[in-house]
Order: sequence, then C-alpha cells, then structure tokens
Amino acid sequence: MAEASLEGERGFAKSERGKWPDGGVTRVPFWVYSDEEIYRREQDHVFGGANWNYVALEAEIPNGGDFVRSWVGDKPVVVTRDAEGGVNVFANSCAHRGVAFCRHNRGNTDLFTCPYHQWSYDLKGRVTGIPFRRGYKGKGGMGKDFSLEGRGATPLAVAVRNGVIFAAFDHVAEAFEDYLGPKMLGYFDRVFDGRPLKVLGYLKQRIDCNWKLMFENIKDPYHASVLHVFLITFGLFRMDQESAVEMDETGRHGALISRRGAEADAEASREMSNNLRVDFSLRDPRLLDIAREYPGDATVVMQTIWPNVIVQQQSNTLAMRHMVPRGPHAFDLNWTFFGYADDTPEMTQRRVRQANLMGPAGLVSVDDSEVLVMSQDGLVPYPDSEAVVEMGGKEVADAPHMITEVAIRGFYSHYKKVMGL
Amino acid sequence: MTVMEKSILGPVLETRLALEDLNARYAAALDDGEYDAWPSFFTDDGLYRLVPKENQDLGLPIAALHCEGRLMLEDRVTAVKETTMARPRELRRFVTQPRVLSMDGSEIVAQANVLLVETLLDQMTKIVLVGRFLDRITREGERLLFRERICVYDSLHIPNSLVEPV
Repeated sequence: MAEASLEGERGFAKSERGKWPDGGVTRVPFWVYSDEEIYRREQDHVFGGANWNYVALEAEIPNGGDFVRSWVGDKPVVVTRDAEGGVNVFANSCAHRGVAFCRHNRGNTDLFTCPYHQWSYDLKGRVTGIPFRRGYKGKGGMGKDFSLEGRGATPLAVAVRNGVIFAAFDHVAEAFEDYLGPKMLGYFDRVFDGRPLKVLGYLKQRIDCNWKLMFENIKDPYHASVLHVFLITFGLFRMDQESAVEMDETGRHGALISRRGAEADAEASREMSNNLRVDFSLRDPRLLDIAREYPGDATVVMQTIWPNVIVQQQSNTLAMRHMVPRGPHAFDLNWTFFGYADDTPEMTQRRVRQANLMGPAGLVSVDDSEVLVMSQDGLVPYPDSEAVVEMGGKEVADAPHMITEVAIRGFYSHYKKVMGL
Repeated sequence: MTVMEKSILGPVLETRLALEDLNARYAAALDDGEYDAWPSFFTDDGLYRLVPKENQDLGLPIAALHCEGRLMLEDRVTAVKETTMARPRELRRFVTQPRVLSMDGSEIVAQANVLLVETLLDQMTKIVLVGRFLDRITREGERLLFRERICVYDSLHIPNSLVEPV
C-alpha cells in the first residue's frame, strides 16, 4: 500500500515515525497517539469512507420532523426523521459557505435555515430555497446555469438496525450486518433485540487523551481485574469468572463477555490482592440489585464497534458510549443511557441507580478516565517508545478468558491495514 | 423600615443566614476532604442527585451521581475514599447566596448557584462545572438537613472526571 504509506512524508522516515516497529501488533508506537498527520488520516480512513459510525438511537427521533445533532469522527452531522418516516444523516455544513447551520441540539422542524444567508434545507438535507437567487430588479443573483438540483448538505449513507442508527460517508459501504459479521451481530442483537428503546439520559465528558486509548480500554479485560477496585470487590468483573474475548474476522470489532462467578478463588485473589478489598460491603445493596434480563449466563457484554462506539451492557445499565475525537489529544465521550419502552418503573429505577457506576463521576469509569489521561501524559513526550501488547500471546484469535490483550492486537491489525502503516 | 416589614423580614433573613451557614459548612467539608461528614448533611431518606441540565430539561432520569438515602451516600463516600483511582487534586466549591423560594413550618425550598473548580498537578486551575442547587431543607432539632439536594449543572462536558460529590 505504497500510496497510503506515511514514510517519506513530513520527515517521518528520518525519525522512524510512520514506520511501525518490529513485532507487528504486539507493539504500538506511541506516535500514533499524538501525531497530527495520523489524526488527519484517521478522519479519512477510520471514521470517513465505508465505515459505519454510530450517530443516534431511533428513540431520539421518533416523529416526523425530529432531529438531533451528532458526529462522525470530528465531523458534525444532523440526524433527522423525515415525513415519510425515513432516517437521514447529512453534514451539518451549509452547501453555500460551510456554516454549521443546525445550531440546536435537538428539536422538531420541517425546514432548516442557515442563519447566514438564509439558504433552507428540507429534512433530507436538500437545498429548497435560496434568497435573491434571481437577484433583485434584474441585478445580481445566481447565474442562469445555477440549479438547485442535487444541491444540499453532503448526505451520508444510513443503516438502521433494531433502533440504532449508523452512518457512513461512503455510499457503497457494505451492509451493516456484513460489516459487523455474524458473531458480533449476535452480541449486538442480544441488547438490540427489536424491542423499542427508551432514552433515559445523557452524560458527557471530554477526556484529555487520544480516542484510541478509550477503545483499547474496552478491549482490555486485563485492566478491569486489577484497576477497578469497585468492580473487583463487588464481584462484578473478575479474572476467576468465566469469560471470553471475541472479535469479528477483521479484528476491528470486539466483545468482552463476563459471567458472574461465585466467591473468588485463592489464586485469582492472590494476583488481585493489591486491590481486592474483602472487607467492603455495600451499605445500601439497592445500588447493585441486579435483575437478569437476557438469555444465557453473561452478565456483562461490552462491545466495541469500529470505529466510534462502545455498547455497554454492565448488569442493568445500558449505554451507547459515542466517541468524538477532538484532535489527537482529546475526545468527547458522549453517553446515551437507555432502557426498553416496556421497562417497569422498578427496572428504570434499577438502571438509574446502577448508572452510578458509569459516566464522568462513575464509581468504576472514573478510574478509566483518570488513567487514560495519565496514559496520554506518559505517551506524548516519548513518541519513539512503544507499548507492549503481549498478554495472552502474540496471536489474534478469540480467547476463552480475560488475561489477554488480544482484542487490542485485533484492533491494530485492522488499523494498520486501513491506515497503511 | 416599618415594624410590619421588620417582622416579615426577620424570619426570612434569619433563614437566609442559616442557609448560608449550611452551604458554607457543606462546601468546606467537601473542599477539605472530610467526606465522612457529607452524609450527615442529609436526612436519613435524603436524596442527592447531580444532573446535567440537558436531562433535567428533557425530564430524563439519569444522573451523574444518584444517592437515595444516607446509606447510599455513605457508599459513595467509601468509593471516593477507598476504591477510586484518581489523580491528586484540590477541588473548591463556590456557592452563591441562597434564594429562598418558600418556607413553612416543615420545609424550606431554596436555590443557589454553584461553581466547582479544580487544580491538578502541572496544570492551570480550571472549571469543572457550573450549576445550581435545588434544595428542600428540613429542620431536625437544632439542625437544618437536606431532604433533597439536586445539583443541576449547565456544563455539557465534564473535563475528564468528577471524582467527588459537588
């Protein structure tokens, strides 16, 4: 892939940057987390093109005319429901001079009007009107050859599956189902089983680290059993539980699956002893009053869908974690918590209580947002160093346990390919 | 000021001073890391929520922190003190003068704006969030206690993490 190679560009060859270190996916060079050129190329090759990006839930736009703003990579888009019930996604960037014309976060309208020169758009993002298009008293205006036909905010391809909306800039993207592959589609359909969803709320944070570190975090079950004292202590996620790490054939999507075990066994407890606190118990057990809601014995499935979303099913707390990169050194993590439209009030209450574990103040997730910033702080000044990713071996294959970084290797195996690295 | 005005203002001023004192003690306890004191500002069934304004406006129930009753508040304290891994920092709360919306024998309804700023190693001090406390306060013996303290924050994005209650 000579065309996509970074070697020789911007002096990369001289500094050895742009050349992936020996060791393949068992090594990750630190410059991928800070380089501006890498960031720019990610917008084109990882988030752009034929990649299905999560943008919204259908439950956010139930009625004709409903819209929400969203993001594909760092590019602003608008997600709408048109009068015929169809879902549309188009660039939030005026076809005239580029203004991000949709300035409300959500709402209902039959027309968007760019405030700058009042160009108007329908719910499919097509330009429907231009003031003074014919000029005034015969003077000015657009030329006779100027047509509204085909003019509009750049439209994205849209895929909707069981209430979840994905968009791709490339209209020849493969079918979403093929993009996920049969195994990952199975985990997707486990949560999105066709029941109507209900949005329960939003939490947002801006984390000062490269977006890939967040994805790696959810592909890395190794850390969960040592970093997250809360999870470990209350038996929500531990090495001695039956568990698995699975991927699609490309390695780009992954799932961590955990099954709630009995008491910690001696060997696992010894390894986790730094952080295992057997003396703790919850004073109010309602925080973890967990109800089984899916067939099978998995209690936690954390699914990463390339390139921009984590589907979180941690006991009864369900959320889409939408990543929006903000340059190489920061990304927004936008959490959309949801349940099902037919949830009982008790189940909704359970989801609200368990949400204490998640978000910017989460009993568990704070550990992650903090350690991710510390990662960025330690990586950026050492661009020529590299990460060691050898837990669980050097291969990229599903693992029936959690002591592995295989899904990170899977991610970089695909990343290297699309980035030409 | 007429005698009539004095008799009306008297209890209002007294209440406002008492609320200012309550807010000052509450903020100081958390600023100083005396987390164990935090649940004692609430009634046994007191409700504490930290909610983005977006959710509040849309009537959506998810909160960044949600504690029903003193025991759940105590569990949050345990997490802050014992289980959370966070970079060391100073957090400081600035609470504006309370506005008393209503008061009767059993309950005071009041609001105050709040600003939370943090200082981390090697960084300039920055704003974590800005918002408003929506309070329902009751008197138990000599003490004023929160029956409800809902902090609704305007800030859309929390910078990195919020490691303590507001």
